[in-house]
Amino acid sequence: MQVTSTVRDPLVTGGKTVKDVSHDISRQVEGSPTKLWWMAMAVSIAVMAYGFYCLCFLLWNGVGVWGLNKTVGWAWDITNFVWWVGIGHAGTLISAILLLFRQKWRMSINRAAEAMTIFAVICAATFPFAHMGRLWLGFYWVFPLPNTWGSLWANFNSPLLWDVFAISTYFTVSLVFWYLGLIPDFAVIRDRAVVQGNKVRASVYNALSFGWQGGAKTWSRYESVALILAGLSTPLVLSVHTIVSMDFATSIVPGWHTTIFPPYFVAGAIFSGFAMVLTLLLITRAVFKLEDYITIYHIEMMNIIIIVTGSIVGIAYITELFIAWYSGVEYEGYAFYNRVQGPYAWAYWSMMTCNVISPQLFWIKKIRTSLAATFVLSIVVNIGMWFERFVIIVTSIHRDYVPSSWTMFHPTKYDIGEYLFTFGFFFTAFLLFAKFFPVINMAEVKSIIKGGGEKIENKEHH
Amino acid sequence: MEESKKIYWKGIEQLANNSEFVKHESSEFAQPGPEEDLGHSRRDFLKMMGFGVSAAALAACEAPIRKAIPYVNKPVDVDPSLPNYYASSYVNGGDYCSIVVKVREGRPIKIDGNALSSVSKGGTSAQVEASVLSLYDNSRLRGPRVASKKTSWEDLDKAVTSKLSELAGKGGQIRIVSNTILSPSTKAVIEKFTVKYPTTQHIQYDQSSHYGMLKANEESFGAAMIPSYDFSQADVIVSVAADFLGSWLSPVEFTKQYGITRNVSEEKRDMSRHYQFESNLSITGANADYRSQIKPSQEGAVLIQLYNAITGSSLSGGADAKHLAKAAKDLLASKGRALVVAGSNDKSIQVLVNAINAALGSYGSTINTTTPVNYRQGNDEAMASFVTDVEGGKIDAVIFYNCNPVYDHPMGAKLGAGLKKVSLSVATNYKEEETGELVGYLAPDHHFLEAWNDAEPKKNHFSLGQPAITPIFKSRAAQESLLTWAGESNVDYFEFVKSNWKSWFYKGQTLDFQSFWDKCLYDGVLESPNEATSVSFVGNVDAAARTIASAPKGGAFELVIYESGNIGNGSQANNPLLQELPDPITKAVWDHYVTVSPLDADVKDFTESFTKYATITVPGKEPVKLPILVQPGQAQGTIGIPVGYGRTKAGLVADGIGKNVYSLISLVNGSLNYTATNIKFEPTTDTYQIAQTQTHNTYMGRETIVQEALLSDYKNKSWTKSFNPEVTTWASPETGNKVDPDTLSMWKGHEYKNHHWGMAVDLNTCIGCGACVVACNVENNVSMVGRDEVIKRREMHWLRIDRYYSSDADADNWNDVQIASNNPEVVFQPMMCQHCNNAPCETVCPVAATTHSTEGLNQMTYNRCIGTRYCANNCPYKVRRFNWFKYHDNSQFEASNPAMNSDLGKMVLNPDVTVRSRGVMEKCSFCVQRIQAGKLTAKKERRPLVDGEVTTACQASCSTGAIVFGDVNNPESKISKLLKIRPLDPAKPHRIDKITDNPRAYQMLEEIGVKPNIWYLTKVRNQDKDNEKVNG
Repeated sequence: MQVTSTVRDPLVTGGKTVKDVSHDISRQVEGSPTKLWWMAMAVSIAVMAYGFYCLCFLLWNGVGVWGLNKTVGWAWDITNFVWWVGIGHAGTLISAILLLFRQKWRMSINRAAEAMTIFAVICAATFPFAHMGRLWLGFYWVFPLPNTWGSLWANFNSPLLWDVFAISTYFTVSLVFWYLGLIPDFAVIRDRAVVQGNKVRASVYNALSFGWQGGAKTWSRYESVALILAGLSTPLVLSVHTIVSMDFATSIVPGWHTTIFPPYFVAGAIFSGFAMVLTLLLITRAVFKLEDYITIYHIEMMNIIIIVTGSIVGIAYITELFIAWYSGVEYEGYAFYNRVQGPYAWAYWSMMTCNVISPQLFWIKKIRTSLAATFVLSIVVNIGMWFERFVIIVTSIHRDYVPSSWTMFHPTKYDIGEYLFTFGFFFTAFLLFAKFFPVINMAEVKSIIKGGGEKIENKEHH
Repeated sequence: MEESKKIYWKGIEQLANNSEFVKHESSEFAQPGPEEDLGHSRRDFLKMMGFGVSAAALAACEAPIRKAIPYVNKPVDVDPSLPNYYASSYVNGGDYCSIVVKVREGRPIKIDGNALSSVSKGGTSAQVEASVLSLYDNSRLRGPRVASKKTSWEDLDKAVTSKLSELAGKGGQIRIVSNTILSPSTKAVIEKFTVKYPTTQHIQYDQSSHYGMLKANEESFGAAMIPSYDFSQADVIVSVAADFLGSWLSPVEFTKQYGITRNVSEEKRDMSRHYQFESNLSITGANADYRSQIKPSQEGAVLIQLYNAITGSSLSGGADAKHLAKAAKDLLASKGRALVVAGSNDKSIQVLVNAINAALGSYGSTINTTTPVNYRQGNDEAMASFVTDVEGGKIDAVIFYNCNPVYDHPMGAKLGAGLKKVSLSVATNYKEEETGELVGYLAPDHHFLEAWNDAEPKKNHFSLGQPAITPIFKSRAAQESLLTWAGESNVDYFEFVKSNWKSWFYKGQTLDFQSFWDKCLYDGVLESPNEATSVSFVGNVDAAARTIASAPKGGAFELVIYESGNIGNGSQANNPLLQELPDPITKAVWDHYVTVSPLDADVKDFTESFTKYATITVPGKEPVKLPILVQPGQAQGTIGIPVGYGRTKAGLVADGIGKNVYSLISLVNGSLNYTATNIKFEPTTDTYQIAQTQTHNTYMGRETIVQEALLSDYKNKSWTKSFNPEVTTWASPETGNKVDPDTLSMWKGHEYKNHHWGMAVDLNTCIGCGACVVACNVENNVSMVGRDEVIKRREMHWLRIDRYYSSDADADNWNDVQIASNNPEVVFQPMMCQHCNNAPCETVCPVAATTHSTEGLNQMTYNRCIGTRYCANNCPYKVRRFNWFKYHDNSQFEASNPAMNSDLGKMVLNPDVTVRSRGVMEKCSFCVQRIQAGKLTAKKERRPLVDGEVTTACQASCSTGAIVFGDVNNPESKISKLLKIRPLDPAKPHRIDKITDNPRAYQMLEEIGVKPNIWYLTKVRNQDKDNEKVNG
């Protein structure tokens, strides 16, 4: 008998039973891919292949194939890096912080969000590697490895080194957390495969689930580990982008040297991450018919987070402008004057429009509960967040202290190609994930089904 | 006892004792191992052997082995890794500089100035510094040629001699054509040649002719000579379109003198005042205190006005110009210490200048007629009639001695066409070039660094050229060729020079001849004073004024043809060190352009050098199409085009860049006129991007970058800098909470217990010429990256000269202050790694590839660098350079960087400096290799390092002494004294924060606390205080 609360709307609609949950989610994995999936995959792989060619061309010839110059040493590379890392944050926030805050509505979106985190961090990591002049040495010289060069050691003063630790820790914890959650669900697919008599699938998913048996003790340990990992991930949500922001904040470049960067970057990361989660989930929800699991309520909740974080970011922008004026520092003042008025003003105003003005539309309930509006705005927000990083990085260094060295930055096809590569990779990986892994955490969703094994018709859906 | 017999079995098999077990019982292993398998057959052995042999054969196909062959017998004076220095002479046409050549393992790798010469006094120029790479030019001729076919010297000599004798027998006309020849021995050779072939005439011409001046002096003083000028003696300098620091007559010498008269210090709080009247913004005009814009047709009129103002006469035809009356007043006030020069090649104008200088008493003070100079002996009329004769088929034989008139003479095209009618044509250039392409015989001379020669740049100032390397190719001294063709028996030019010197100069010497000769070789120069003579002006000023007044004027545009600060006259255009040297004013590289006033330019948006082409038509000449370069300071209604471009046969580096504009020069009143009136200037819609190393022209009123002062203020003993940054803290309420930024630091600071290297750069004496940039490039193996990469803003120069224009706008108006004034004041700021004591680059490098030395150097460890570029982003001075590509052994950079892409070019590389690989960061090292060499020498000799023993390449090349490098820990060093470094605090003997008491000393971007080891000295302008806007 399903129990319906009079106070709260059910998080999963459609009067789903436990069996329905298993069935609805596992059938994506079990069935053969749809035509749409194949088409999407073909496009993603094509984009990734072109991007991979560009990446190889870069690695073979040198970083000079990008449009960087003596003054602008970082542009699209680090912009993309920060952008992707930022996107990753939503996954961790949803799975860790919302877990700790017992926000049960997160349960049907955390799996996809975490997958997005993993892929986004991989995408992000390609840029610091690709942007190095001598990648073949950079791979290991940034690690404090014992060596025969006496006291030669990585420079612990360098924020880039902090980045190495921050990102690698973040990636490891996120991967383990994500995989841990997948284990019981893999076991469900395995069990169904056994029933269906598909031996190959049964053995593959058995291996993937590490032979999960679902004993009470196992569940208890599983939940403990999940909680511990959530606890570990929580500071990471704040620390990773804080450290990324320190690449800029600890420098002496006007426009980078800003103490508000850590909270501002974290808010921006969550802002863009939620937007990306929305973009992906709105598509997944439609393609895999998961409307009962990812409901308007979920979308509305996420849109509210976007309003909050978008507003924080907006305040940060205005604070920067105010301080640039109030400080009386000529270079700081000019850096922001140049952002607003200079040759890259179009980028600044794109950022302002996309990040500050557009999320405010979500104050209107009609818009924040509209799928189409949410989808469009989620993309707009991520365009805006890309421009934010571009504005911070390029417009600050292209005109800093010494006017004789002021230059412009013009991207080449290889700048664009490397960015496309990460898109191609990201969507290829996400499509593979969506096809072969359960996109919704069945084990958790089952815990929020208000009922037992029988299907009760819901009045709303009658 | 009962006997028990137990059976122990090893395994079930033994117990069972089956047949399989029995079969293998005697073997050690039940299953045979591979080593016991006797299955290997003879065929297997053959297969193995076959594989082995072919594998060994394949393994032999390795990369070719590059051998480094050691000396079997060590040559005397050559110690591997120790350089040798030879005094020699740089001579390129009439351009002269006494030099010292640094030779490593038999290869000249660097040229420095020779301080023993009283002519160049140790100064050099960009062209001189770069010429070492021309020695290793890939387009050099490898040996003699008949037209395009290789030949031997014997065959060539036979052919040329028989032809000459045949022609001489018929009374055929023979001509030797050359640029100005400074060498008395070469002239003696030509004399001998003329004796043998009496129909020979020697014709000299100059790319930048001073024939008008020679004629004017003949009229004024009865002698067709050019006097020596001494700018160092002048308190007031007025120059009418004479670019004496860049291209006029003898810039190396004048730069040295100018540095003396422009220098200010605590002891000498005074300097000369310099007025410049010109159309183009020249490097000379950029250094002037007052610069007025005039059209080229007004040069004469301005001088008439000046003459009237000085002498009180009333010649007609004068025209006023801004500051002209003031200039006249100042000149009169400093009679005897004044100097007026004009750049025009017009006789009348030079007569007028002579009259003015005579009235000012300059002769005998700032102008020395006792020691005339030989830099320009070209005769424009003789050359013009020679070309006419060639065209008319009147010339039978012509020998081009180391000159290229087909390219660099205004009538070059006619000459080239006419050469077909000349039955014997020979060129002795060390490269083929445009003229060589059209002659019958190529008899290549050595490069000057391979050859013996002498020179007499000034009367009784002799100079020796000694080879610094054995000739690389089968070239032969041109003088030897001429002597051979003249049928001389003794043709060794070295012996010839030596015997000449014996007969000319040895007289009255106390040394034996060998010692005398050795001393001359060691010094490179031999100078003796001239008997003082005086001149009196007898020129006809009225006639000159009348000629000037009748000269054509007007038209919408007037044209000035000038030599740019990098390429010069184009003779060394194939040298990438010069192509990639930014022009001191335009900062353009690898490009040819027409300079246009912002008021005339149709190019509204010149951002990032995006521009349009324009068609320029000089009346009666072919139109020329060139991109527009919007040039602040260019007089409205005038345009400027540099010569030296449009080479077609110079080599891979220069061919195809720009247009040859020598053809736009005309012969007017018997001398070449480098200006033209009634020009049609038509901008087109075709777009272009000029490669410039600097595209932002003003310093945005940021006084922490460039500090300036007026001399009238500076003369006041209590003068202090206008900009003293202070930081507000909570700490010191007694000073209003404001403290010097240097006193604040989170860092403990480094300890420099031994040396603490520092540098001072005087903005007042830096004229922006760029010799230091080339010197740095040569010394430190800096890659030249080519036009496309410069457009992408990736030049690799470790040392650059920032050129800033003033703006009319307020410093607070960030939009308008970006726009340069129409006639801006200019400041040059050499900029290199500032070797910060709190270096922002050092903290951000993740792998500690850039670190601080115990002597204050910020050092790069290329091997450790992984190329994140974080350091470059965090460098406030933007002096770090990244190797975007592999610039060596990469066909992509063959044309722009031959010094690292050909075996010949690589000979110029400094073996003490690593050639950097792709993906690493590099920057100025304060010439750490020189510091190290100096320290090692001192250590070997068990003595402390002496101040001045270590010089950086930029310092050594700076003719005006604007760069001073040294140990600021040493209170006796030149830099400590110059900056007045405060004596060390006994409590903190190794403090890094040196306090300077020279009021002009400042550190760039002081307030951000990076604590550089470079100090700049405030630029002082000798302007009157009441000027609101001095340049009009």
